[in-house]
Amino acid sequence: MSIIKKLALVAGIGALMSSTAYAEGLAGKVIGFSQIGSESGWRAAETSVTKAEAERLGVDLKFADAQQKQENQIKALRGFIAQGVDAILIAPVVSTGWEEVLTEAKDAEIPVVLLDRGIDAPEDLYLTSVASDQVKEGRVAGEWLVSTVGDRECKVVELQGTVGSSPAINRKQGFEEGIASASNISIIRSQTGDFTRSKGKEVMEGFLKAEGGGAGICAVYAHNDDMAVGAIQAIKDAGLKPGSDILVVSIDAVPDIFAAMVSGEANATVELTPNMAGPAFAALDAYLNAGTVPEKFIITESKLYTPADDPQGEYDRRKGLGY
Amino acid sequence: MKRHPLTAALLRPQFAALAAVLFINWLLFPGFFTITWQDGRLFGSLIDVLNRGAPVAILAIGVTAVIATKGVDLSVGAVMAISGAVAAVMVSSGTPATIAIPVALLAGLVCGFWNGVLVTYLDIQPIIATLVLMVAGRGLAQLITEGSIVTFSDPLLSFIGTGAFLGLPMPVVIALVLMVGATLAVRRTALGLLIEAVGVNRSAARFAGISSRLLLLLVYSFAGVCAAIAGLIVAGDIRGADANNAGLWLELDAILAVVLGGTSLLGGRFSIPMSVVGALIIQAMNTGILISGFSPQFNLVVKSGVIILILVLQSPMAAQWMGRHLSFLTSPRNRSAK
Repeated sequence: MSIIKKLALVAGIGALMSSTAYAEGLAGKVIGFSQIGSESGWRAAETSVTKAEAERLGVDLKFADAQQKQENQIKALRGFIAQGVDAILIAPVVSTGWEEVLTEAKDAEIPVVLLDRGIDAPEDLYLTSVASDQVKEGRVAGEWLVSTVGDRECKVVELQGTVGSSPAINRKQGFEEGIASASNISIIRSQTGDFTRSKGKEVMEGFLKAEGGGAGICAVYAHNDDMAVGAIQAIKDAGLKPGSDILVVSIDAVPDIFAAMVSGEANATVELTPNMAGPAFAALDAYLNAGTVPEKFIITESKLYTPADDPQGEYDRRKGLGY
Repeated sequence: MKRHPLTAALLRPQFAALAAVLFINWLLFPGFFTITWQDGRLFGSLIDVLNRGAPVAILAIGVTAVIATKGVDLSVGAVMAISGAVAAVMVSSGTPATIAIPVALLAGLVCGFWNGVLVTYLDIQPIIATLVLMVAGRGLAQLITEGSIVTFSDPLLSFIGTGAFLGLPMPVVIALVLMVGATLAVRRTALGLLIEAVGVNRSAARFAGISSRLLLLLVYSFAGVCAAIAGLIVAGDIRGADANNAGLWLELDAILAVVLGGTSLLGGRFSIPMSVVGALIIQAMNTGILISGFSPQFNLVVKSGVIILILVLQSPMAAQWMGRHLSFLTSPRNRSAK
């Protein structure tokens, strides 16, 4: 990466996050980061944000890509422990099988912070976990719809994530909670789009056909932005205007949904922030320098973005993050 | 009892299965067969079945030839991702689509050729040889796109996925042309016979003077090109190359389509048009599930149930039973094939 690109990235990230109070507290500290891999754009963005955050704080970040394998993560953790790092960040690929290696870290008195996902292990084996609240994400999306449509009758079609995956279950539940108070809003169809653009488009095509060409659909709720982008194309192909004829609300806040907002084709998205490292570094700073034990579960903000929130600017800021 | 060959072909169980699935779709959704004219193209659920089924149908055309040689190609899904990634990255960096598209097809050809070399010259079992590219190919595609979804707005490339010709969606037109072309190539020349000969017994075919290596290279390369075409369609459809998901697991759908079409995995006799029918059966099911309003938890259960039913109906035992009890239904060709 060129210097200019790097600088732009750091500047972009700086603007993206609220500044933390511990700007210099971690300078010179060595922190190991075991990342799952780069299976999605969001994951790639999380990696680049973490690296940029570390650079901003002067942290010497040891990065290990596990390529979706737990044994690689365990190896990476043992490596970090052997090197005697000051702290470890880990985005665990699976939820079980961590007791042994975390006990080793605990014996070496190295605090471990879990990013983005939880694990099934005794809570005293890690310092804290930073994650988003997926139910809340769905609820924010639902509440946005309630406040937007008012008393109007509104039939919603839902594009679910992969069947059985926790974001799909939780984002569905949250949205239902969000619209529970409004009897004028009902979900009339719900199918899985597997979190992908092409399936999102295909499923939306089916919904539009089944609901009389889309005349009866007031809004589409997608469990991620990629499916929403696919659905937007399907709505356009059916001769309707996404964003006005059919409202589009989704979750994640990836760059392309902001591009759709700029052209008036998407109405709202709830951010799943890739900046899990920011709160993690803040917690580590407080712990390492002042001995403050943080809360066990740090929940990141689920911020709502609409076309009123400078979508062009958001697009430009996020484009370089590797989404 | 002599029948016209076309009538005999239409009486095959695959057509009955397709008709049954379409009929069930119609029961679930009465507007299923409604086709309207909108924005200069045909519009309706039936058109969706053809349009969404086209990528798998195109894959199945290539995979049919491979399976007929007693091989299998697991890499076609990954090759789709590679070709889409190549085309998308090229057009988004300013290369004209008229160059990017041939380069993407060439990439597919090279992938297929690679499989062919592994199978013929290194004599690796096809399932293992193509598994290499199935795994590595997706990684390669991710390297090309640098892990993100590369979007583009090139009109020609998106026309391949979303355009229309004579009212039909472009993917359908491409699949049709490819099906007719490939069928003519194998049936109007000795090519089909040679493929079947290699599939039945490779050594015997070689002793009979058939250059089986050349033929296998050709067949695997063709499957690679078919996969590249499908990859361009899928990328053009969403105006972006999604290396993580483009063509994911579609190799299995393609193999299923071939099997539903009646081609044996043990090689030998094959039919390209019937594989396309197999692909349409799968897609008719998918579309039916989408418009039926079932909860998505049932998707796979419904799909597998229908597939098991179709395969049972096609089995030799069922054919025997039908031959005895419903002799008017089985065509002379089916009976002679036993």
